[in-house]
Amino acid sequence: MSGLLEIWGTLPAYAQATFWILVVTVALILSVAFTTLWERKVIGWMQLRKGPNRVGSIFGLLPGIFQPFADVIKLLLKEVVLPSKANKWLFRVAPAITLVPAFAAWAVMPLDPGLVIADIDAGLLYVLSLTSVGVYGIILAGWAANSKYAFLGAMRSSAQVVAYEIAMGFALVGVVMAAGTLNLGDIVRAQQGGVGDWFFIWLFPLFVVYLIAGVAETNRAPFDVAEGESEIVAGFHVEYSGIAFALFFLAEYANMILISALTAVFFLGGWLSPFEGLLAADNALAKPGFHWLFLKLFFFLTCFMWYRATFPRYRYDQIMRLGWKVLIPVTLVWIAVAAVMVHFRVGPWSPN
Amino acid sequence: MFVQILFYAFSAVLIAAALGVILSRNPVHSALALVLAFFTSAALWLLIEVEFLAIVLVLVYVGAVMVLFLFVVMMLDINVEGLRSGFTRYAWLGALTALVVIVQMVSVYWVKGLGIDATQGAPPLPADYSNTRALGEVLYTQYVYPFELAAMLLLVAIVAAIALTMRRRPGLKAQDVAKQVAVRREDRVRIVKDVDAGGTGPGAGGGTGEGGAR
Repeated sequence: MSGLLEIWGTLPAYAQATFWILVVTVALILSVAFTTLWERKVIGWMQLRKGPNRVGSIFGLLPGIFQPFADVIKLLLKEVVLPSKANKWLFRVAPAITLVPAFAAWAVMPLDPGLVIADIDAGLLYVLSLTSVGVYGIILAGWAANSKYAFLGAMRSSAQVVAYEIAMGFALVGVVMAAGTLNLGDIVRAQQGGVGDWFFIWLFPLFVVYLIAGVAETNRAPFDVAEGESEIVAGFHVEYSGIAFALFFLAEYANMILISALTAVFFLGGWLSPFEGLLAADNALAKPGFHWLFLKLFFFLTCFMWYRATFPRYRYDQIMRLGWKVLIPVTLVWIAVAAVMVHFRVGPWSPN
Repeated sequence: MFVQILFYAFSAVLIAAALGVILSRNPVHSALALVLAFFTSAALWLLIEVEFLAIVLVLVYVGAVMVLFLFVVMMLDINVEGLRSGFTRYAWLGALTALVVIVQMVSVYWVKGLGIDATQGAPPLPADYSNTRALGEVLYTQYVYPFELAAMLLLVAIVAAIALTMRRRPGLKAQDVAKQVAVRREDRVRIVKDVDAGGTGPGAGGGTGEGGAR
């Protein structure tokens, strides 16, 4: 083991980075696969059903555990139908454009006290700019398919994403003011000192706004008018089939995982332990680590499913009203409050 | 060496994208070529270590401006023929602009020939130098008043744009959400005394409970 570590230490930085990129990407793809299963299970339990339980089991336990693989194989073997009047090139590129940003944003995610692939100072801006690029895939998919329903879905989606991006950005302004940095790792470190120092307590309105805007940004229920299967069939991806459709599916779940992880980093102290300060420093539970980030991420991910099973879909004008007239004013007020708190050193933070 | 290869690769893509913006027949393709041009410019800026501006370029222009642009271009049914009919009328203006750009490029090269190397890049910055921090420190101290003025100007522009384009259409059946939220049970439900209570009506067997809201 120590021999391996020695070899690892001699590797050049780019080789280590490539290794971690591979690990994160593979882990993400597997997580996305099992998130789909987890969603169907959770919603099944909420609706007093069993959910998928036919495909595979591990020694009789966890029935249905291999359902994601069955789904992937099915989708891979299906034909990708290309509509005859579609813009062929854009139609093929659009799914990839939605997928790439959802994965690329993980480059700056602080996964562990000592592990972040690219430790850059403008990390938060990088995440924001990448997530805002993802909407291109949706717009292009809707336009290139040359179908009325797809186009309607794309228009709805772009207006919605642009509106909620503002609320989301403003919510993050509060986080940046509190942490005094744009570096995601330093934002986590700024919340050190126990649960009382996590930003979700001091920036509670911004935390709620970020949660809501995150759901809207990922086009998830109750903000899924871009798909709106009862009105516009499946919205922007109505003409997609087979693995091209699967890519959109993958992107949606990858975005959910990303937003959950970001919420944990910005407001719940990322990889920090909730028992920090409560237990002795050498207690295993008080130590920071990736498992805490994972637990927080998993909680928010399950919340996404909970919303979907609970809330009816918003009407389009209600979505716009909520975004522009409720969320943005709330963030503006709390940014002012946060400014006062930072200035007079109320709260746990000390800028710089 | 590696940086130079990257520079030329990105430059080639940038020029191709810029040509695509003006040569493409489909306005949506033009807009997308512009997005690609912004992206490659951001990559070029990253090469000269101005990561903050590069990321902001992507965030503002690619993430927000071009999305709205694309939105509009897709909604409009642009008549390309009509746009091109007056093309030759402004050809002299285009030629003049091209000439000015060429003169500028040549003069940069000419300056280099004089021995003042203006194309030489700045020396590499120390690893702990943060572009974002440096920009913030200047922007919020030395230039704080111009910065605030620019912000106010933008706010005024936003308000003005909304005031100019907002039109109130009569006869809209939009809901007043405040009224909906403020509504009480008494406004909607009226309890009437059950005249059939204990009688021979259809609700007789169910007791008084069934005579509720009518």
